[in-house]
Amino acid sequence: MSTPSLDIVVAGVGGQGTVLASKLLAQAALIESLSVRTAETIGMAQRGGSVLGHVRIRADLPAASPLVPLNAADLLIGFEPAETVRALPYLREGGTVVTAHKPVEPVSATLGDAAYDGTAEVAYLRSCEGAGRIGRLVLVDGDALCEKLGSTKVLNVVLIGAALKAQNRESARETYEQAIESLVKPRFRALNKQALAEGMSA
Amino acid sequence: MSVELCMGNQAIALAALKAGVNVVSGYPGTPSSEVLETVSARNPGAVHVEWSTNEKVALEVGAGAAFAGARALVTMKQVGLNVASDALLSLPYLGVVGGLVLLVADDPGPISSQTEQDTRQFAAFAKVPLLDPSTPEEAFAMVEDAFELSERFGTPVIVRPTTRICHSSVPLETAFTYEAHAVSGFERGSRWVVFPRRAYEGHLEILERLPRVAGAFNTSAYNAIHGGRESADSSAHSNSGGGEGDARRDDTGGAAHIGIAAGGISYAYLMDALSSIPDAADVRVFKVGTPFPFPEARALEFLEGLDEVLIFEECEPFIERELLLVAGRHHLPILVRGKLTGDVNPAGESSVSLVREQVLAWLGQRGLPAAAAATATAAGATAATSTTAATTAAAPAPIPAAAGESRSQEPQPQLPARPPVLCAGCPHRASYYAVKKALRGRTAVYSADIGCYTLGNALPLDMVDTCVCMGAGFTVPQGMAWAEPEVLHLGFVGDSTFFASGLTGVANAVYNQTDVTLCVLDNSITAMTGSQPHPGTGLRMSSDATERDAANALKIPAVLKALGVEHVTEVNPFDFDTSVAAVRAAVDFKGVSALVFKAPCITVSKPAPQPEVDQSTCTRCKACIKAIGCPALVVREGEVRIDTTLCYGCGLCVRVCPFDAITASVPSTASATPATSTVPGASTPSATSTTSSPSDGTPSKASL
Repeated sequence: MSTPSLDIVVAGVGGQGTVLASKLLAQAALIESLSVRTAETIGMAQRGGSVLGHVRIRADLPAASPLVPLNAADLLIGFEPAETVRALPYLREGGTVVTAHKPVEPVSATLGDAAYDGTAEVAYLRSCEGAGRIGRLVLVDGDALCEKLGSTKVLNVVLIGAALKAQNRESARETYEQAIESLVKPRFRALNKQALAEGMSA
Repeated sequence: MSVELCMGNQAIALAALKAGVNVVSGYPGTPSSEVLETVSARNPGAVHVEWSTNEKVALEVGAGAAFAGARALVTMKQVGLNVASDALLSLPYLGVVGGLVLLVADDPGPISSQTEQDTRQFAAFAKVPLLDPSTPEEAFAMVEDAFELSERFGTPVIVRPTTRICHSSVPLETAFTYEAHAVSGFERGSRWVVFPRRAYEGHLEILERLPRVAGAFNTSAYNAIHGGRESADSSAHSNSGGGEGDARRDDTGGAAHIGIAAGGISYAYLMDALSSIPDAADVRVFKVGTPFPFPEARALEFLEGLDEVLIFEECEPFIERELLLVAGRHHLPILVRGKLTGDVNPAGESSVSLVREQVLAWLGQRGLPAAAAATATAAGATAATSTTAATTAAAPAPIPAAAGESRSQEPQPQLPARPPVLCAGCPHRASYYAVKKALRGRTAVYSADIGCYTLGNALPLDMVDTCVCMGAGFTVPQGMAWAEPEVLHLGFVGDSTFFASGLTGVANAVYNQTDVTLCVLDNSITAMTGSQPHPGTGLRMSSDATERDAANALKIPAVLKALGVEHVTEVNPFDFDTSVAAVRAAVDFKGVSALVFKAPCITVSKPAPQPEVDQSTCTRCKACIKAIGCPALVVREGEVRIDTTLCYGCGLCVRVCPFDAITASVPSTASATPATSTVPGASTPSATSTTSSPSDGTPSKASL
C-alpha cells in the first residue's frame, strides 16, 4: 500500500506515553515497507515536562533528518490541550490536529493564581480550525475512553486510533495491531488493541 | 533480511556486537544509556557488560581489556568524559592492542545536561581520533569501523553521536552472527608503565600517529564533497559515499564560489534544508564525518576555487576553526562564516528550520537570484523560526495567518510553563519536605547534585541552592561551612551519585572535621537516566548475573561508617515524624553527620492505595499544594482533588493537610507507603542510627 510522505508530531507531557506512540507510528510504517525516521524526547523532560516526538514517513528515500521542520507536520497528535497549542508551529497550514481535551495541570499552574483548565486552549484550536490554520481538528475525550477501557495508560493508542480515523486510514488497523504485537508486552497487547479500536470509533 | 526499528543507541550497541566486542563498560547518562542496556539485552553470553561506578572507572576497565587484546566499548555522556579525562589523556601515550572505542554522547541544547560541551574539542585535546555520525545508520557503520581503526593505529577512538542520533529510530538491517574477537592476552613490556621517559616517547608516537590517521581520513567515505541536492538521500552509505569528484563541477553563477560544510546531525538538517531551496544544488557541500584529526587534504579539495563558506555544526565552532586554519596555512582568500562570525546560532540545538533560514539569509547577502524566490516561498517557515522551537521553547513563535482566511483566529492563550518535576509519589519530595519542616526558622544552605533530586529546586519545595556536577553536593557545602560557619550546611546526593563521586567527598569531610550534614537520597536505582542499577542494588548487567543479588549490595550506612562518619542515621522519608527528628539530630551534631533517606523510586515499587480528599472538610486553602507541589494534587472545578492517574499513594499529602481533609483510604499500615520494593536492599527502614536507638530491622510502620 502506498502512502504519501507524512510528517507527524506527537506532543504531550512526560509520562503520558508519547515515546511509545511515536514508536508505534514508526513500527507501522516499517511494516508497510515505508522509510521512517523518528526523534523522541528521552531524559529529563520525561519527568512531567513538555515532550515532543517526531515521526517522518516517506514512500521511498528517507527524510535526511529526524526532526519535523516548523510548518511541515501533516498531523499533530496532542495528548493535552496546552501541549497541542505549544506544538502548533510545527503543523503545516491546513494540517490535521487530533488532540485529547483533558488538561494536565503543571504544578506551577496549580500553585499560581492563573488557573489552567484547557478551555482557552481548546477554544483557540477551534478558532484556528475556523481560520483554516488547522484543516481538521479532532477533539478526543481520552479520559472517558480510558475510563471505559479501565486503564489510563492507553491514551497514546486511543489517540493513534483517532488519528487513523481522521486520516481515513481505518484500513491500516491490522498494521497497527501488528505494531502493537511488536512493541507492547504480551499482557498489555489485548488492552492496547482494544484502545486502538476505541480510538478509531470515537 | 531482518530489518528492525532501531534507536541510534541500539544501532551502536548492535554494531559493537557485530564487531565481536568482548567487554562493555559505562556509566549511565542521557543520551547514552541505552547503548549499554542494549548490549546487555542482546548479549549472546560471551560479552562482559557492566555499569561501572563512574566513567573513569569504566574507561580504565575498558583500557585494561584493550591492553590485554580484547575489544572494549566504553559508554558515557559528554560530562562523563570530564570524569574519565584523567585516563583518557594518558591512554593515547600508552596505546592499545585490542580495539578501544569510547562512545561519548553529546547533548546540544542542552536537553538533559549541565553543559553544552563538545567532545570533538576533547578529542583534539586528548589527541584521540573521533568519528561524528550524522544518522543512526552511519553510527552503526562508524562503530564497526572504529574498532578496526583503533587496532590499526593502536589508539583509543571516540565515536560521538548527539541526542538526535542517539534517540532517533530508523529501520536497520540487524542480522549478524556474534563472533567474539580473539583476545591475544596481555604482553608485558615497558610501554605500559607511563614514567616520564615513556610519556615523552608516547608523545612522539602520538605525533607520528595522528598524521597517518588524518591520511586515512582524507580518503574516508565519511568525508564527502558533493553538490547540494543530488545527495539528499540520507541512508548511511549513500551519505558517506556520495558525490566524490564533484568538487570542480560547478561553473554557474555565484553559487560556484560558495560552499557549506557541516558535521554530525547538522549535515542531515542541511540536506533537508537544501532540498527545499531552489537552485541550492549548485552550492558545494562538505560533509565532515571525521573531525579529528581533521582531513586537511579533503578540506583543501572542498575549498578550492571558493571565496566563501558557511559552517553548520552544533556545540563548538570546531570545523569552522579547522577550516580557518587550513585557509590560513594555504593562504586561501576565503571568508569562513559560522558561529564565530555570528552567521549561525552560537549555542543551542540546530534544526532544519534554522539551517534553512540561515542558508537563505546567506544566499540573500550574496545577492543570488535564487534566494529571493526561495525566501518568498519560505516566508511562513522563517517567520516561525525566530526561537529554537525545535525543542521545548516555552513560548512558540506566532503562527502565520493563512492567506485569504475568512474567519479570524483568536490570539493564542498564554500557555502554562511545564518544567520537569519530581513524580507523584517520589520519595525525594518527602525527604526534602522533612528537612524543610525540621529546619524551619533556621538558616541553612542546601547543596544538591546531578539526578532527579535536582528537581527539588522547583517551587514550592525550593530546596536546592546549588548544583554543579557529580559529587559536588557533598563538597560544595564543605567549602561553604568554612566560609560561613554560623549557617547550617547540608549536602544531598543520590545513591548512584554517592558511589560514583560521593565517597571522596565524605572522606574529605571526615578528614578535615567539617561541620556538615551529608544526606544520601537513596531510591535504590539510578532514576533520572532510566532506572539503571548501581553498587547499592546488587543487580549487575552481565548475562551470568542479571539476578538481583541482595547479599552483594553495598550498604550505604555501612560505607559511611567505614569512612569514619560517627553520626549516621537511616530513615524512611515517608516515616515523616521520625525523619524530621532525625534531621534535627543530625544538624545539631557537631562535625560530620550523615542521613540516608531510603525509599524506592516509584519506577521500582508498586503503588499503594490512593488517599481521598473529603470535600466537606477541605477549605480549598491549597496548603497541600503550596507545601509539597505534588503533580497529583490538582484543582478542578474549584475543588482540590487527587488525580487518580498520577497518584502513587505515598500519603505525604495526608500528613500535610492542616484540616485532616485528606485521608488514607486504607487504615494506616505499612502498605500505605510505597514500600513494596522490587529491588533487594530497597526496603524502607525506620530510623536506624548509631546515635539513636538501634533498629530491630523490621520495615517501618508508616506514621502518615
